[in-house]
Amino acid sequence: MPNHKINPNQWITLYSDYLFNYTVSRVSDREMAQDLVSETFLAGLKSMKNFKGEASERTWLISILKRKIIDYYRKINSNKGKAEVRMSYNSDSETEGDWLEERVADPFDRTAEDNIENTELSAAIHNCLGKLPEKQANVFEMKTILNYETEAICNELNITASNLWVIIHRARTAMASCLEKNWF
Amino acid sequence: MKRSILFISCEEAHHICDKTQYGEATIWERIKLSIRLSWCKITRAYTKKNNQLTELVKKSQTNLDNKEKEKLQKQFEQELANYKD
Repeated sequence: MPNHKINPNQWITLYSDYLFNYTVSRVSDREMAQDLVSETFLAGLKSMKNFKGEASERTWLISILKRKIIDYYRKINSNKGKAEVRMSYNSDSETEGDWLEERVADPFDRTAEDNIENTELSAAIHNCLGKLPEKQANVFEMKTILNYETEAICNELNITASNLWVIIHRARTAMASCLEKNWF
Repeated sequence: MKRSILFISCEEAHHICDKTQYGEATIWERIKLSIRLSWCKITRAYTKKNNQLTELVKKSQTNLDNKEKEKLQKQFEQELANYKD
């Protein structure tokens, strides 16, 4: 009895962070991870009709993603002319998504957040950020971590661009020496 | 003192280096920076640390930022339009 419904309109909002986090801990390249997540959503759309509702949407998407990641490594391997990875998965695109639901979540799934080094690194960065004067910490966070445009930050905090770069410079110098003590 | 076209001060080099971390330095600025990097040890050390900091921050980010999410959303919506009646 199918008890899960599929609704692609909410996919990006609900699952993009989760899928990205899952991917980035496996391929350790942000851009490649984004491409894989994007491909996963598109493949999900294509095989939507095969979704039987036996697993949750998220599990279903993760199983598509897993295969995308395998394909990615297989491709690098064949580019290098090295060992070939053979999988017995059905590669017929008509039935894509069918077998996926049989492979429900495995409890040993690893995400980047579980990765000890990564958690410690985030903690170290936030710890150092906490030691900066408030304004420097704010500007650094907006610019570096949240990736706001220079203009947006200037408008928001009512400062000029050259002001911003001076603050950024001080913050970066302080952050680098703080992390040097606590991380490297 | 007249400002030189090719040679920049240490402070200016650091400023360009900061901008480079966010992809906001022009090609001309980057050329000037690389000239200074070829002979100035202090600028080299600063650049190395600065690059390391950028790498570390990137490595610690395990979620998509706003820009990345917008890009994803756009790609997805284009495709989604094909699936609606």
